[in-house]
Amino acid sequence: MFKDITLGQYFPTDSFAHRLDPRTKLLILIMYIAAVFLVKELWVFAVLIAFMFFMTAMSNVPVSYVMRSLKPLRILLPIMFLLNLFMISTGDVLVSWKFIKITTGGLKQAVFIVLRLFALVCGASLLTLTTTPISLTEGLEKILSPLKVIKFPAHELAMMMTIALRFIPTLMEEAEKIMKAQLARGADLESGNLVKRAKAMLPILIPLFVNSFRRAEELALAMESRCYHGGEGRTRLRVLRFGWRDLIAVLVFASLIVLVILLQKYLPLDDKLFALISGAKA
Amino acid sequence: MPIVIEKLTYKYQSGSVNEFTALKDIDLTIQDGEFLGVIGHTGSGKSTLIQQLNGLMQPTSGKVTVDGFDMNDKKQRMKGRALVGMVFQYPDHQLFDETVYKDISFGPRNMKLPEDEIDRRVREAMRLVGLDEDEFAEKSPFELSGGEKRRTALAGIIAMYPKYLVLDEPMAGLDPAGRRAVSDMINGFRKKLGCSVVMVSHSMDDIARCADKVIVLRGGEIFKYGAPSEVFCHAEELNEMGLEPPFAARLAAELRKKGFALPQSIYTNEALAEALKPYGKGWRNV
Repeated sequence: MFKDITLGQYFPTDSFAHRLDPRTKLLILIMYIAAVFLVKELWVFAVLIAFMFFMTAMSNVPVSYVMRSLKPLRILLPIMFLLNLFMISTGDVLVSWKFIKITTGGLKQAVFIVLRLFALVCGASLLTLTTTPISLTEGLEKILSPLKVIKFPAHELAMMMTIALRFIPTLMEEAEKIMKAQLARGADLESGNLVKRAKAMLPILIPLFVNSFRRAEELALAMESRCYHGGEGRTRLRVLRFGWRDLIAVLVFASLIVLVILLQKYLPLDDKLFALISGAKA
Repeated sequence: MPIVIEKLTYKYQSGSVNEFTALKDIDLTIQDGEFLGVIGHTGSGKSTLIQQLNGLMQPTSGKVTVDGFDMNDKKQRMKGRALVGMVFQYPDHQLFDETVYKDISFGPRNMKLPEDEIDRRVREAMRLVGLDEDEFAEKSPFELSGGEKRRTALAGIIAMYPKYLVLDEPMAGLDPAGRRAVSDMINGFRKKLGCSVVMVSHSMDDIARCADKVIVLRGGEIFKYGAPSEVFCHAEELNEMGLEPPFAARLAAELRKKGFALPQSIYTNEALAEALKPYGKGWRNV
């Protein structure tokens, strides 16, 4: 049952986005997030979403894959929408029925939050779709390495992340085996109340933990016996280099931010649109 | 009543691109009291097959019945599972409790037996696997040696008095003395409890020592099935598959090439020694 879970959703293909340096991708993700948060006008989201389709096209990842990453949000998004819709009461009242009151302000805010989350998640998942977890941690290590001056353990942090990622599938597999072994001994995991069920998980969690600690010790020993002594003086198999693609990408995202700012300053279409809608209603 | 497997097919990730057929059209009956040895390469479907026996996996198509309980049916499966005791390869996957005694009692306790019956069974299981009660009962299972852990894991299943005992590579990673000890143990409680045994092993020597029936799997299909003498006489074929026939069978095959008139059915050291007796002292001159 655990084997069906794929971790990290890297989509292996070749594209402009795949060839970008992971550091660049992290940087442009931050720029993208900044752009998303700069948006104050609803209609500018149309520009952002158009831009996102452009990014998806540049990454050769099928749109359906990007949309799949929204699946975990399928509960959160509607809740956020409804909460904002009912809780915020600014602007004109649109619907009023008993204690329920929907206002233009609430509606605007609700749509706004949903679009913002949607844009953020799609952008972030494009990063993980085009970058392997390993090169992502590599990029992170490089970005954080200047902080070594203030004793920030950049290399150790990246190594920990790499190891954690490496062992998640192993743990999954082991959890499944342990579960089977205890089921064969008549363990009942499915019935009873919450406390009883939590207790029933103990025979699975304890061997899992004990084995993990043992494995960690063995791994540490294996690394040390191959002379691992931390990041100092360590060279890499693949050296990260910035190229012309990286420059283009950063320039494109910089202009996205500028575009968002300029559009909002000189083209505040939202009020006109709202006026149009309510005008049509009236 | 036996375990009956009919037209069993099992596919991993059935219906997806990664679909993989692990078992194909298996027909097999495991009789009461029988000792069945399961042999095959890594990936031949051994583990998948034995997990069908107690319903940890359900067939993609086909049917498994344990004493008449249909393992495809959720309610009947629990009843069937109670009859089949399964010992996995690594004891580390099942030991969890504070003490050896408590860990062994986990199974019987899940069976909701009365407290005095649990106590009796745990003590008996410890004796059967050769764990001294005074020494081990209050020890933590995590401070045991590899062999002791394996005994504890075995005892945890034996205490449930299974009618069918399924063992997945019970001797992997043990030294020859340990292998023999485990093998003797299995024979011991087979006599004591009168249970059937299904044992998966890479080592045909281990299986030759005690099996009544042997099944050889290849690519998810039954390659050979029958009494050990019928299976092990195909030494050449087994060799080609990369499986090593029992030492005595291999030696007999070599001797046959040198001109010894030995029957094909030899697969144990004892039988080989017996067959070589007529050659007496003069055999060096052949």
